[in-house]
Amino acid sequence: MTDPLIDVRDLEKSFGGITATDHVSLALRRGEIHAVIGPNGAGKTTLINQLSGELRPDSGSILLAGSDITHHRVAARARAGLARSFQITSIFLDFTVLDNVALAVQATLPHSFRFWRDVRKDERLRGPARAVLQRLGLAGRGDTPAAELSHGEQRQLELAMALATNPRVLLLDEPMAGMGPEESRQIIALLGSLKTDYAILLVEHDMSAVFALADLITVLVEGRVLACGPAEEIRANEEVKRAYLGEEELSPVRKAGNGHH
Amino acid sequence: MILFLEQFLNGLQFALLLFLLAAGLTLIFGIMDFVNLAHGSLYMVGAYFAATFTRWLNSFVLGVLLALPAALLLGVVLEMLVIRRLYSREHLDHVLATFGLILFFNEAARLVWGAAGLTLPLPSFLSVFLEVLPGVPYPAYRLTIIGVGLLVAGVLYYLVQHTRIGMLIRAGAANREMVGALGVNINRLYTIVFGVGACLAALAGVMAAPILTVQIGMGENILILAFVVIVIGGIGSVRGAFAASIIVGVTDTVGRAYLPEILRLILSPTGASTAAPALSAMFIYLLMASFLVVRPEGLFPAPGGRK
Amino acid sequence: MFLLTLFTRIVILAIAAVSLNFILGYGGMISLGHAVYLGIGGYTVGILAHHGINSGFVQWPIALGLSALFALVTGALSLRTRGVYFLMITLSFAQMVYFLTVGLDKYGGDDGLTIYKRSTFAGLVDLSDKVAFYYVCFAILLACVLIVWRMSQSHFGVVIRAAKSNDRRMQALGISTYRYRLAAYVIAGTMCGLAGVLLANHTDFINPEMLSWTRSGDLIIMVLLGGLGTVIGPVGGTVAYLVLEEALSGITEHWQIVLGPFLVLMALYRRGGIAGLLSWSRRD
Repeated sequence: MTDPLIDVRDLEKSFGGITATDHVSLALRRGEIHAVIGPNGAGKTTLINQLSGELRPDSGSILLAGSDITHHRVAARARAGLARSFQITSIFLDFTVLDNVALAVQATLPHSFRFWRDVRKDERLRGPARAVLQRLGLAGRGDTPAAELSHGEQRQLELAMALATNPRVLLLDEPMAGMGPEESRQIIALLGSLKTDYAILLVEHDMSAVFALADLITVLVEGRVLACGPAEEIRANEEVKRAYLGEEELSPVRKAGNGHH
Repeated sequence: MILFLEQFLNGLQFALLLFLLAAGLTLIFGIMDFVNLAHGSLYMVGAYFAATFTRWLNSFVLGVLLALPAALLLGVVLEMLVIRRLYSREHLDHVLATFGLILFFNEAARLVWGAAGLTLPLPSFLSVFLEVLPGVPYPAYRLTIIGVGLLVAGVLYYLVQHTRIGMLIRAGAANREMVGALGVNINRLYTIVFGVGACLAALAGVMAAPILTVQIGMGENILILAFVVIVIGGIGSVRGAFAASIIVGVTDTVGRAYLPEILRLILSPTGASTAAPALSAMFIYLLMASFLVVRPEGLFPAPGGRK
Repeated sequence: MFLLTLFTRIVILAIAAVSLNFILGYGGMISLGHAVYLGIGGYTVGILAHHGINSGFVQWPIALGLSALFALVTGALSLRTRGVYFLMITLSFAQMVYFLTVGLDKYGGDDGLTIYKRSTFAGLVDLSDKVAFYYVCFAILLACVLIVWRMSQSHFGVVIRAAKSNDRRMQALGISTYRYRLAAYVIAGTMCGLAGVLLANHTDFINPEMLSWTRSGDLIIMVLLGGLGTVIGPVGGTVAYLVLEEALSGITEHWQIVLGPFLVLMALYRRGGIAGLLSWSRRD
């Protein structure tokens, strides 16, 4: 068992009287997809926000490749290789699709203090950007303004930007939210192929996707880890069934189209 | 020592005038997210109304009592005609529109009342001096301002903390959409908040009128200081506006009074006399800058974070 | 000639507007105190001239240096805040300097200070020649427009524009927008300081009015009239505003009572200013 790339230890976060994260520990390893599931309000997004740095935990620690990043800011973590996709699409609507991804690539440069040359002619950015778009099936949409994309395409762009920063860790917050069945299938295939190169945290409601992809599943209920283990174990876990899933939803025979709640 | 007490009371009086302006401003910022540069115009209008009505009715008290509802009416009309349409726009449009309103009000005042400015003499019963401490006479009128200011602060505090409308205001400052979702008539709430703000500004103008000359542009000078108050106090917080007003008002007044002396100790006499007026005026902004280094979100930042 | 004076004034204020547009239009940083740099540039020239230092080779670099320094220090503080706070803080810093100039009796205080000799450049160009001066200002405007244009489409410019569009995303990608915003703010402040230097030379006079909040408001209007986020826009906006001002004040001395509501209407129905109108009609 390799050392975890992301090691979350005993994370705690409260808002006023509500405990959103209650002694949560988990580990992300390269080559693994670790899914986090749980009912609405379980604290999944709060958890991701603490991992990405937008929220500071009250106590506990987060380690990236052994170094403590608990108090590092968002941008610092991103530069260290932590990429994140947002649940509510967060892209640059005023720019074209290719510009969006090129900007993500630009973020990997040591700095952007270049004042004269036209950034759109910088092939060091455009080339890799096009490659990422190709991988996500958006190759033909490069020159479309991001605001004109369909919802599903915007979700794909969201994912493309995370990938374009060449990260080590991917934190994906419901990447397939609102996607149609065909698009979901493509993303599932893509994520499966990405697995080997990244450590992936996947928050998803689409159970068929979760069981198709996840190596490990953590079940979060009211901020606590109810269970953590391989997919089969979780599927069989009685407590999980009771707390979260209806029995029929655990059935592996499920069309992708019905995976939305 | 006596001089210091006098300066302190002057500072307190100024602080409470500032508070009246800042309280309305911070509520309007906090709840409607509206940048109201024209708030100073309401202050100016209040002063002009008070001066005019007092002259017409030949009575200070009646003049003052009439000026307030008149200014409130103006504020409400302004809100319904212009301000309301700008809530959904971005801040830049607020800046543009209220800047235009300032120009309009200033020029309109010039047309109606002339460029010279007015004075509002105090009635005899308020021109007396009271002994705050044995041997320390202080103008009764300024004490009145302090009294009224503290009363209004108390009423506002009660209103915001212990009434339903106050709860809506606090909720609105933290989360506007939620208040709308609660089924509250948002339009009416906003009009009320703006009206209250206008009233407070006008009250400040009315009370300031006898002490300062009533003139074009008087609003903008105090408005900018009110901005400093809000930055220090935190947007949307009446408590913050109160605390910061006291800090800013007292520091500014006392600073202007004593800084020249302090400078004379440090610098040469010519150096001090050159630097003193400039530094005294700058002092409060330097204070704000230092404050920002430590706490950019203000003393009492709105929960949930303001943008 | 009257027209030459007007055109020179337009060109100089256009430089200031172009600089403001870079941070406001492209960067979304609404500064209500940008005129302070007109004051810093102008007062440096005025004060140095007062003390007999007339060489532009000395005055101008000092003026630009001071503008940059002020922008760096105040920007570093102000940019830790956003939106309404930033607006108020930039205004407050400008007011601070305004009161400083009013308090400096030695340099005219409220009444201002006359400049008896324009900046000299060892015979290279005679700025007291109005035509030559106009060409110098115009050349500087062209240079500034060129600089802003290249910057807006560079790596740096894209960061500034994207930070306006979605700052949260920028952070998540790993770009600390603060330092880039600060750099943009310093560049804009310095450029506006240059406009201040030219303004002082143009009017042969400096006074606190140069950096009053009303002047800052004028600059914002000029930028908005021209359309945000376009390079040429602010130039068009300056032309429009100053011409309008001239025309209206010719009709009545109470012209601001017309301008005021006009600005209100503009705020209510604004669709990208002049530049916006042009692209709108192109779309039809």
